Amino acid sequence: MNKMEEKMGRATVPDERGYFGAYGGRFVPETLIAALDELTKAYELYRYDQVFQEELKGWLSSYCGRPTALYRAKRLALELGIKEIYLKREDLAHTGAHKINNTMGQALMAKRMGKKRLIAETGAGQHGVATATAAALFGLECEVYMGEKDIERQAMNVYRMNLLGAKVIPVSSGSKTLKDATNEAIRDWVTNVGHTHYSIGSVVGPHPYPLMVRDFQRVIGLETRTQIVEMHGCLPDYIFACVGGGSNAIGIFHPFLEDDLKMIGVEAAGRGIESGAHSAPLCAGDPGVLHGSLSYLLQTEDGQIEEAHSISAGLDYPGVGPEHSFLHDQGRVEYISVTDDQALEALRLLCRTEGIIPALESAHALAGVATLSKRLEAQIVVINLSGRGDKDVATLAALEEKEGK
Amino acid sequence: MMQRLNKSFAELKKQGRKALITFITAGDPDLAATCDLVDTLVAAGADIVELGVPFSDPLADGPTIQAASTRALAQSTTLKKIIATVKEIRRRTEVPLVLMTYYNPLYRYGLKKLVRDVCDAGVDGLIVPDLPLEESAELRRLAAEKLAIIPLAAPTTPDSRLAGIVAAGSGFLYYVTVTGITGARTKLPDELSHSLDRVKKISGDLPLAAGFGISTPEQARTIGRHADAIIVGSVLVKIIAQYGASNAGRQELSGRVKALRQALDSE
Repeated sequence: MNKMEEKMGRATVPDERGYFGAYGGRFVPETLIAALDELTKAYELYRYDQVFQEELKGWLSSYCGRPTALYRAKRLALELGIKEIYLKREDLAHTGAHKINNTMGQALMAKRMGKKRLIAETGAGQHGVATATAAALFGLECEVYMGEKDIERQAMNVYRMNLLGAKVIPVSSGSKTLKDATNEAIRDWVTNVGHTHYSIGSVVGPHPYPLMVRDFQRVIGLETRTQIVEMHGCLPDYIFACVGGGSNAIGIFHPFLEDDLKMIGVEAAGRGIESGAHSAPLCAGDPGVLHGSLSYLLQTEDGQIEEAHSISAGLDYPGVGPEHSFLHDQGRVEYISVTDDQALEALRLLCRTEGIIPALESAHALAGVATLSKRLEAQIVVINLSGRGDKDVATLAALEEKEGK
Repeated sequence: MMQRLNKSFAELKKQGRKALITFITAGDPDLAATCDLVDTLVAAGADIVELGVPFSDPLADGPTIQAASTRALAQSTTLKKIIATVKEIRRRTEVPLVLMTYYNPLYRYGLKKLVRDVCDAGVDGLIVPDLPLEESAELRRLAAEKLAIIPLAAPTTPDSRLAGIVAAGSGFLYYVTVTGITGARTKLPDELSHSLDRVKKISGDLPLAAGFGISTPEQARTIGRHADAIIVGSVLVKIIAQYGASNAGRQELSGRVKALRQALDSE
């Protein structure tokens, strides 16, 4: 493969069967195939439909507050000894995270497809809140599946979803987190597929979800490109983003895939990769099938899915989007991992130096930059600050109490 | 060997009878019990036995079979051990045996090795609910004539697609009676008989088996009129959940299978 073909390869994935190289596809019960065909057909239409795209753009600007700011974090850069750091402020988007970009797109599509009901899975609750928000705005019924463990550690988001008129359904199976909430959401969809749209929150799941969610999140990278050129005069040297399912990362990476710059995805190493209690399938997993697509996974020798661990509920997932697996194998994006403790330290650093409380998820991206600060000394770095940390305050307080601080 | 499956359907057809396919989860309550439970099922009149290979995330299954998978996994049940158990079962019976599981344990095992090992052990077919037509080409190629890759069709499957599924399938066609997940239901869709007749026209020579939600003799009798086989799972798994593999449990299981058998044969 010459350089040109290689580039084309990255730009044209996925193929018509939803494969990003060896990853992706549609591993779902037959009951859902017709619905996925319908969704693919609808998406192919709206993807190039000027009226739809204009309407979505309008909502994103007037309702969600886009474009979100690109902010030059001078005190953070000074503290870390890095030339320049820019934060893409997705935490300033309506509902407090990038998740709204995707749910506005999906809800608008669902409405046009005549669906009356939205369902979603949620980990940290950010996607649940974003789905509930879009459902309220467009007058759709909304039910959100959430693991009992996550309900406990993200109580504020549960309350927000209730306020927004959504019903939160607790999931008590398995690890009681995002993986199990996703199983339940898929079971619901299998049962109510006629009138229900399943609003998946990340670039995971069966085709066309990884493609569709990526496209809805690309707005992050497209804005960043315009903003960094305006502020700095050229493209950055590095872009960092945290990777759970990977939607904020794909969103900011994708418009830069053909450019000469480095991209680093930061997975959650939890209590350390060697402890086994982590959420880093790209760094320490193997390919397999979960929730409808083939991608890197945390699994046992016998192909059972392993429970993930991360202090951040939004990263606490044993899988990752298939496009990340593809970019990983291609070597186009480098994937590293940072521990719970490193993320906490980075969170506190941003609070102190810049007056911004980041989400625990986004703190992983910051920690990734902090760990590589030697290498980044003379570089221009963009970090996707995917969400704000208000939702994590209770977790942090409990932790500090435990540590006796 | 697929032959056992084909022979079973051919003989039943000659006798004008319908096949009773029974499902239990392998390793629930443990693998030694699974051998005995298969004996019970066969003695009570099951024509084909489906063994569930437990998976951590069974997204096509309702609470009953999910719980059975969890129990089996807690006993450290693995695909490898189940294949060894099938060898054991094969010493006792020639009943057609089908494994039902999700794709990841199979993928992880290695498809080539899988087909070789399950065929050697005496498995006749595989049902993989999260492996639709478009994703199953490699497994079907490897299985060739040796192992049936049993396709599923659902109420949401359009006729045009169904023809392709039937053409690629072998063993039998597993028609999912409800738009939903596994589990006993008091009421099945009103249009089910009509749907089965429609599917039968397309499935042609591939035997048509109806499963999901069937638990009572009355349901078996009604559905048996419109299909070549019925598949019963959750109601049997529930008995095992309650009694384990105790004598009382095996009696209960036997009674239930006999009642279903009678209902099917009474037509």
